[in-house]
Amino acid sequence: MKAIDKLFKEKKDILSIYFTAGYPTLESTQEIIKTLEKNRTDLIEVGLPYSDPIADGPVIQKSSQKALENSMCISLLFSQLKAIKKEIHVPLILMGYYNQFLRFGEEAFLKKCKEVGLSGIILADLPAEIYQDKYRGLFEKYELAFIFLVTPKSSDARILKLSKLSKVFLYVISSTATTGVKDRFEKEQLDFFKRIQKLNLKIPTLIGFGISNRDSFSMACQYAQGGIIGSAFINALNEKDIKGSVQNFIESIV
Amino acid sequence: MNSPLIDEKGFYGDFGGAFVPEMLWPNIEELQECYQRIIAEKDFQADFKILLRDYVGRPTPLFFCEKLSRKYNARIYLKREDLNHTGAHKINNTIGQALMAKRLGKRKIIAETGAGQHGVATATVCALLDLECTVFMGAFDMQRQKPNVARMKMLNAKVIPVISGNKTLKDAVNETLRYWINHPETYYLIGSVVGPHPYPKMVAYFQSVISEEIRKQVFKKEGRTAPDYIIACVGGGSNAAGAFYHFLKDLSVQLIAVEAAGLGTHTDQTAATTVKGSKGVLHGSMTLVMQDKDGQIIEPYSISAGLDYPGIGPMHAHLFQNRRAQFLNVTDKEALQATYELTQLEGIIPALESAHALAALAKLSFKKEEVVVVNLSGRGDKDMESYIKTIDQFSKDEGYR
Ligand SMILES: Cc1ncc(COP(=O)(O)O)c(C=O)c1O
Repeated sequence: MKAIDKLFKEKKDILSIYFTAGYPTLESTQEIIKTLEKNRTDLIEVGLPYSDPIADGPVIQKSSQKALENSMCISLLFSQLKAIKKEIHVPLILMGYYNQFLRFGEEAFLKKCKEVGLSGIILADLPAEIYQDKYRGLFEKYELAFIFLVTPKSSDARILKLSKLSKVFLYVISSTATTGVKDRFEKEQLDFFKRIQKLNLKIPTLIGFGISNRDSFSMACQYAQGGIIGSAFINALNEKDIKGSVQNFIESIV
Repeated sequence: MNSPLIDEKGFYGDFGGAFVPEMLWPNIEELQECYQRIIAEKDFQADFKILLRDYVGRPTPLFFCEKLSRKYNARIYLKREDLNHTGAHKINNTIGQALMAKRLGKRKIIAETGAGQHGVATATVCALLDLECTVFMGAFDMQRQKPNVARMKMLNAKVIPVISGNKTLKDAVNETLRYWINHPETYYLIGSVVGPHPYPKMVAYFQSVISEEIRKQVFKKEGRTAPDYIIACVGGGSNAAGAFYHFLKDLSVQLIAVEAAGLGTHTDQTAATTVKGSKGVLHGSMTLVMQDKDGQIIEPYSISAGLDYPGIGPMHAHLFQNRRAQFLNVTDKEALQATYELTQLEGIIPALESAHALAALAKLSFKKEEVVVVNLSGRGDKDMESYIKTIDQFSKDEGYR
C-alpha cells in the first residue's frame, strides 16, 4: 500500500507541516524535510514559491518572495527532492498555483512529480470543474492525489461534491481567510468543524490555516484526523539553526 | 445583455474562466448566478441610464479634429471620454457595478487602482450611493498619481498602500483579492475587463455605452453606420472593450488595440503583453500574461500607471489570437510626443494612457476619406507631474525653455 494511504488508514492526530521550498535559504529544503521526518511529522507539504500567491497571507508571501530571490525554481526543487527520495519515507505533497502547473506542461509536471516521489498535489486556484473535465485522468495515470480545499462558506452540497473528487483527504480551511497565524479557534470555526462532522464524509479531513500552537493543533485533532501548520512553522525557522529551530517548534506542538 | 463572443462558462475561445481559490468561490458563484438577472431588470437599466446621463454627463461628444485630420490624412474623431465626470471612462463601469452591489445587499466596496482613475470613480460613486469604500493602490503609483490619491481621500475613501512586488497595479489587484478572501461580505468592484468570470463580461457590458454612442454619432456626422478604424489603449482593456463592443461582428471596422511598450519591446522594461506574453492565468482568468519559464509573473513597466500591467483581459487575448483586432505598441516617449501634439494642435491635454492610443495614428496609414475614431479614455490632470518633468523636451515655448 502507498505510504500516504497507509498513513490515513492507520494514524490519528496526523501532524502535517507546510513550508516554502527555498526558504530561508536555497539549500534548506532538504534539511527541513529530513529533520521533520525525524521529529514526529506525518505529512509534509512543500510549497512551490510563486510570484503572485493570492491565497496566501503575509508570512507565506514573504517566504515565497525570499525563496524566489534565492533563485528557487521548479527544476531545482525537483532535483533536490529526487536526491533525498531514497531516505525519506514520510509522504510529500506539493502545493502551488495553477499557472505553474500549466506553464511547465501539465503531463510533464505530473510525470516529474511521480518520478521525484511526491504523493499528491494541491493547486489552490484550479477549479473543480476544470480538474474534472481536463485533469482527473492524468492525475490517476501518474497515481498522484489531487487534494481539494473547503471553507466555512462552502455549502454542504459543495463540500460533498469536493469530498468525492478529492483523493486521500479533504483539506478543511478553518476560516474564510488567507493563510496566516491565529491564536485559537472561535465558535464560528468550531461550528463549521461540527457541520463537516455531521456530513459523515467518506474521506478523512485535515484542518489547516490558522493553527499555530499546541492548543489549536489538539483542537484540530478533535474534529479531524489531524492538522496542518504553515505560517507558524515558517515564522519559527531560524536560518542559522534549521535543525534546532525545527525540533523546537515540533516539541512546542506535540 | 447579449454579449458577443463569450460562452456560458465565461470563455472567449481559449481565454477567460474563473480560476479562483475555493475561498472566493461563494462570492464568484453568487455573482455568476445573479448578474444577468439584475442587469436585465427594468429599474436597474433605468437607474444606470439616468446616472450616466445626469451625473456622468453622457453622451460624451464625438469631436472632429481638423488639424489632426490634415496631419494624418484621414477624418479623425476623438470620442471624448475625458469629459466624463471624474475625467475618464472608468466611471461608466463603477456606476454599473455599484448599482449591482446595492442590489446584492452589499454596503462595503473594495477596489484596486493603477492610475487612480478607477479608484476616484469608485470613491465618487460610493459617496453618491452611500457605500463604504476601500481602495488598494501600489505605493509607487500613489507617488506618480498624487492628485488622484488626494481626490480619493476627499471623497472619504480609505486608500491602502500596497508594498508587495513592483508596488503597482498587479500588486494592488493581488491585495484586493486577498482582502476579499478575508472579508467575503464586501463587494469587489474591479476596474477593468480582467479577473474571474463574470467580471470581464460585466465590465465590457457597462463600458459598451461608448460604442453604442459612437455608432449613432458617426451616423449623424458621416452618414455611415460605422467608422473604418477604432483605436484604443489597452491596460486591462476596459475602454477598448467598450469602444469595440458593438463593432466586434462588423468586420469592416478595423479594431486597433494599443499597448504600452515602456522603454521598448526589445528591453525588459515594457508592458506590451501581446509581444512578450504567453497563455497563462493571472488574477483569476486564463489570458495572455508576461511570465518566465516557471510561470512566475514578470513585473511590467510603463510611464503610464494605467497601462503598467503584465496581462490583458481575456476578450482581448481572444481578439489578438483570432486576429480580429490589430495590436500595436507605443513607447513612453512616443506617448509623450502624442500628448504634446494633441495639446498644441487641438487644445486637449490627454491622460498618459490615452496618449498611447493617439500615438498609434503615426503608425498607421489611412486613405483620405477614411473615418478614424480614437477613444480618448481620459484627461491629463492626474499626469501633470509627469508632464511638468518633460515640458522642456516637448514644449514649443522658447521662453519657457
Ligand atoms: C484614462 C485611462 N485610460 C485607460 C486606462 C487603462 O485601463 P483600461 O485598459 O481598462 O481601459 C486607465 C486606467 O487607469 C485610465 O485611467
